Amino acid sequence: MSLEVSSYQQGSDHQVASSRRSASSRRAWGRALRTIIMLTLALIWFIPAFGLFITSLRPQSDIATSGWWRIFAVPRFTFENYSIVLGSHNFSTNFLNSFIITIPSTILPIALGALAAYALACMNFRGRNFVFFSVIAILVLPLQTTWVPVLRMQSRFHMTGSWISIWLAHTAYGLPFAIFLLRTFFAELPKELLEAARIDGHSEFSIFCKIVIPLSVPAIASLGIFQFVWVWNDLMNALVLLQNPKKFPLTVALQGLLGQYGSEWNLLASGAFVSMSIPLVVFFLLQRYFVRGLTAGAVKG
Amino acid sequence: MKVKRDSIQGWLFLAPALILLVAYLVYPCLSTLKMSFYGGQGFSPKRFVGFANYARLLGGGDSLFLNLKWPPSGALINNILWILFFAGGTVVIGLAIAVLADGLRLEKIFKSLIFLPMIISATAASVIFRFLYSPDPHIGLLNAFISSISPGKKPIPWLGSTDIVNIALIGAGIWIWTGLSMTVLSAAYKSLDREILEAAKVDGASSWTCFWRISLPMLEDQIVFVAITMIINSLKLVDLVLVMTGGGPMGSSRTIGFSFYWEVFNNNLVGYGSAIAMILLILLIPFMVFQVRRIKAQESYQ
Repeated sequence: MSLEVSSYQQGSDHQVASSRRSASSRRAWGRALRTIIMLTLALIWFIPAFGLFITSLRPQSDIATSGWWRIFAVPRFTFENYSIVLGSHNFSTNFLNSFIITIPSTILPIALGALAAYALACMNFRGRNFVFFSVIAILVLPLQTTWVPVLRMQSRFHMTGSWISIWLAHTAYGLPFAIFLLRTFFAELPKELLEAARIDGHSEFSIFCKIVIPLSVPAIASLGIFQFVWVWNDLMNALVLLQNPKKFPLTVALQGLLGQYGSEWNLLASGAFVSMSIPLVVFFLLQRYFVRGLTAGAVKG
Repeated sequence: MKVKRDSIQGWLFLAPALILLVAYLVYPCLSTLKMSFYGGQGFSPKRFVGFANYARLLGGGDSLFLNLKWPPSGALINNILWILFFAGGTVVIGLAIAVLADGLRLEKIFKSLIFLPMIISATAASVIFRFLYSPDPHIGLLNAFISSISPGKKPIPWLGSTDIVNIALIGAGIWIWTGLSMTVLSAAYKSLDREILEAAKVDGASSWTCFWRISLPMLEDQIVFVAITMIINSLKLVDLVLVMTGGGPMGSSRTIGFSFYWEVFNNNLVGYGSAIAMILLILLIPFMVFQVRRIKAQESYQ
């Protein structure tokens, strides 16, 4: 390949100059065309969400009588929809529930996953490869194959409807991805560092806590943000496994609102944006980490 | 001696994770396999029926799962549509964006906008699309747009017609998931060897030729990876279907993952639903093997 490249670079200066000139004008046109196509696509992607957002800020009477795209003709805005949804529809309770569910369900799989990933990446024992590749296979396992027996187990251990039931489920379901991501990261840490610490007489647990974890903060941040958003957005596990309406998170509440008041768009729109608020904030503050966590193993779920 | 101590310590580090994985994933999966051979209503089906659930599902006995009469329909066929148009759509559009947006001044903003749906819940995305698809002329932008270009035309019931509903759902799916495909393929495209592309351009190859002859073949691995991720997603899919259509109208938008949910939690047919979950698992096994092989290859490469 390098031979071909060098042969391209030869040829008379004259030829190269003229071909460059036409190429650069062609490139400018191409750039303009690409910008137009991308602007169109970006608009197509933006408009559906933007329309709902505008609707969430319009008075109910306006929503029923004119489309949101007429907002420029009838510019009237209100926060009333948000106060109704957060107040009389208990979305503030659901909001709190989402946090109560999500925070432990983010910390636990990272902690347990990091321990397991350390064993798989940094310790040498028989069976570790088998465990690792089983974890990769489990990443693809559909949760549909687990829900009914998990429900039965929850009732046998009297956990039905408790916070701990949903925390443990999210932890278990989050573990394969956590182990996969962290093991990949731990495996790239310099081996000499760990060996030196071992020779100095440090225990495995202290190497894990004092060396491996501090060096892995970026990976843990990516994983944490990804797991947080994934649990926050989860509908199915909460709907199936958390058999207690008082503890439902925002996603389940929003789904209920859609079933009950399928055409009260003022409530649906503001409810949807309440549920989106936290992921949106996380995204805008920590976009880089989130994208990294997501692309590291796009197979979760 | 050291190896033995290492071994005990290793398993101790693994223990908490392994206990949860076995309790919540491995054992339940085996238990569901066993239940798939039982029939009847209720949460602990007692009547052993052998392969009857599978025979009914795959033999055309349940037209909402697999209708073998022409034209074929049902959840299994819908999933083929999802694989073709959803996996195909996200890969093609994601790749197009990765290539077209590359190097533009507004690249970051374009890509952030298209990525945004990835971070909201499927429930919220469903609200957005039920709003967009609404037949009410004051609510649904699509129908308002259509009636503004051809006045007098009846609004299209995007989610209410058995012919269009799957494509409408797939459209929402593409809106959600293209961001992922774009991100993976854009990173891969940016890491391509620029010298080769520049050299081909100096030699007079058009951008079009460069893309088809050079970039595309070099992106093959990542394209396959993204396509398989999307196929896995579409097979497991429940929430989008549940919130947008509840599988309707008349069961016409069911997917395999949704059918499981409906039979178990709506119709209380746990054994029958378990057989659907097992069919889903069997369909996913080739992708499981693919993922394990892919990771194994990466490991030996390092």
